[in-house]
Amino acid sequence: MIKTMAEYAANGETPEVLFWVGCAGSFDQRAQKITRAFATILEKVGVQFAILGKEETCTGDPARRAGNEFIFQMMAQNNIQVLNMYGVKKIVTACPHCFNTLKNEYPALGGNYEVIHHTTFLQSLIDQGKITMQEGGTFKGKKITYHDSCYLGRANNIYEAPRKVLELLDAELVEMKRCRSNGLCCGAGGAQMFKEEEKGTTRINIERGHEAVATGASVIASNCPFCMTMLTDGVKETGREDEVKVLDIAEMIAANMK
Amino acid sequence: MRIVQELLFIIAFGMAVFLFSTKVRQIRRNILLGRDKDLNDHPDLRWKNLLLLAFGQKKMFRNPLVAVLHFFVYAGFLIINLEILEIILDGILGTHRLFVPVLGSLYPVLISLFEVLAVLVLSGCAIFLVRRNILKLKRFLSKDLNGWPRSDANYILITEIVLMLLFLTMNAADQEMQSRGSEHYIATGHFWISGMFTSLFHGMSDSSVMAVERACWWLHILGILAFLNYLPYSKHLHIVLAFPNAYYASLEPAGEMENMPAVQHEVQLMLQPELAASAPASDTMPKFGAKDVFDLTWKNLLDAYSCTECGRCSAACPANITGKLLSPRKIMMDTRDRLEEVGRNINANKTFTDDGKTLLRDYISEEELRACTTCNACVQECPVSISPLDIILQLRRHLVMEESSAPAEWTGMFSNIENNMAPWKFSMDDRDKWTENM
Repeated sequence: MIKTMAEYAANGETPEVLFWVGCAGSFDQRAQKITRAFATILEKVGVQFAILGKEETCTGDPARRAGNEFIFQMMAQNNIQVLNMYGVKKIVTACPHCFNTLKNEYPALGGNYEVIHHTTFLQSLIDQGKITMQEGGTFKGKKITYHDSCYLGRANNIYEAPRKVLELLDAELVEMKRCRSNGLCCGAGGAQMFKEEEKGTTRINIERGHEAVATGASVIASNCPFCMTMLTDGVKETGREDEVKVLDIAEMIAANMK
Repeated sequence: MRIVQELLFIIAFGMAVFLFSTKVRQIRRNILLGRDKDLNDHPDLRWKNLLLLAFGQKKMFRNPLVAVLHFFVYAGFLIINLEILEIILDGILGTHRLFVPVLGSLYPVLISLFEVLAVLVLSGCAIFLVRRNILKLKRFLSKDLNGWPRSDANYILITEIVLMLLFLTMNAADQEMQSRGSEHYIATGHFWISGMFTSLFHGMSDSSVMAVERACWWLHILGILAFLNYLPYSKHLHIVLAFPNAYYASLEPAGEMENMPAVQHEVQLMLQPELAASAPASDTMPKFGAKDVFDLTWKNLLDAYSCTECGRCSAACPANITGKLLSPRKIMMDTRDRLEEVGRNINANKTFTDDGKTLLRDYISEEELRACTTCNACVQECPVSISPLDIILQLRRHLVMEESSAPAEWTGMFSNIENNMAPWKFSMDDRDKWTENM
């Protein structure tokens, strides 16, 4: 049973960490699987965590990037009020957009927390020896490619932690030509997720889907629910969706840990 | 005769310096038309950026081969300019190779090193000309560069090649005259490169060789003075502005968008009306976002003048790669073009007189702005610390907050966030529904 901050507070307790689920992780059916996978890992490992539940709202990221600062400020100030009321110190989230906003943009508005992306969190659990994998896991020896999300990579310079986590799977990591700081966007950022693309020669996720499939990998590992949607559609466009799966790193770990 | 040459030189030199400094003052004035932003924090980190990004050209080395060629051209051009000091002093004082007695046996070594650099600059520029005009590189074929910008790039490369050739020919003629024991041509010792080419002059009379030497000397220095005055009108201005632009580069995480304290304050009053009583009433309506160059920060405008139109930003831009109208390079070129237009307006009218134009729409269309995914690839790629993204986002803020201009889907997304606390139309009560089948 996953407890909320309110439930902890009612017992006069504070959890170790707040799991910020985000809108995609809460509502999008595909992303919900990532949320459950990550929560399963936390429970198995015995991390004492809470969610905000119905008290969580959008961080304001898509509104701000579309240009609507008013809506961003409304969301941000509300969230900060709630977070500060519960005395939240440490936040983990499986969404790089929430991660970036909470970490880099809330401090200017009085919200100061230690914010960790779930891939970094998983890496530290692995470093502490808290995650052990089953013998001969499902990804053993398979080709995996990793898609750097813009908001984890270029925006926050996190390139190594997700790759370190993937090493645990005993798979063969094949990089796309455009990786790390050269990584190509999936096309969702800057509120593009919520509108049609402008006229062009192709869609960004198709371009990226082709690039990922061309590596010959059977799994595209992602770290962002929006990249997940975009890449899944992109792979479909190549007609290879039966052979190539898009999975979040948390799902890959959850499926194979003891 | 000598006094006439000295006089001519002083007039040419004075004119060049005067014209250049006038233009520099105008550019400085134009940049300061931007809104204020304090970028003087953390001088240690800023100096580090200046050394690594500008002097060390760190970002250029993302493509090592081009970086090495560019480094030759840059280092060569910069270091050879030390030689200009002697040339200018010779010009003013009517002397010839003033530094020979001062430097003694070091002199030919220094000049020889300059000559080696000159050859490197020459070869680098020649290869760059081929890259630009013969190899079909997408970022150089782009329609962003149609017209003047494409010629500008070629003029720069050709000028540098010509200047280097003049420098080497001048030295070769000088070496030949030295070997003939001409009194005026003080013995310097052997120059490594030009010394190999003295045979070119063997059949020529003393006066012809001297004429060649003098012609090269004059063309070389006049060429440099002309080039100096060409810079402010050219993309080549980056050789100067890359340095301050690296110093003032953003030190914030790339993903952070600039806060808007005016909006923050207003929303605060809305959420906590009890604060309103004590809040000072603001008498001016703040402007939201940017519509024209005046609304951008001075750093955005410095960015525009620093851009050398290399197109690494657009080559990495996901929107541009997939054929959208957006090109981050064009955003920078448009900003500079508009700012130059505003500058000419001020020159003509003393203060800016409304010309009915703005950066938004007259230069940059909504369609371009809408296509940005804020992925930061353009910012990451720029070798001279420019952020096209910062300009795009400020223009977007204007569109949405001042004009309520947004695609219908975005308007829906805004109202979903406002009413349902999520960008999609889901009930807030369902936010924790995923926990049910854990």
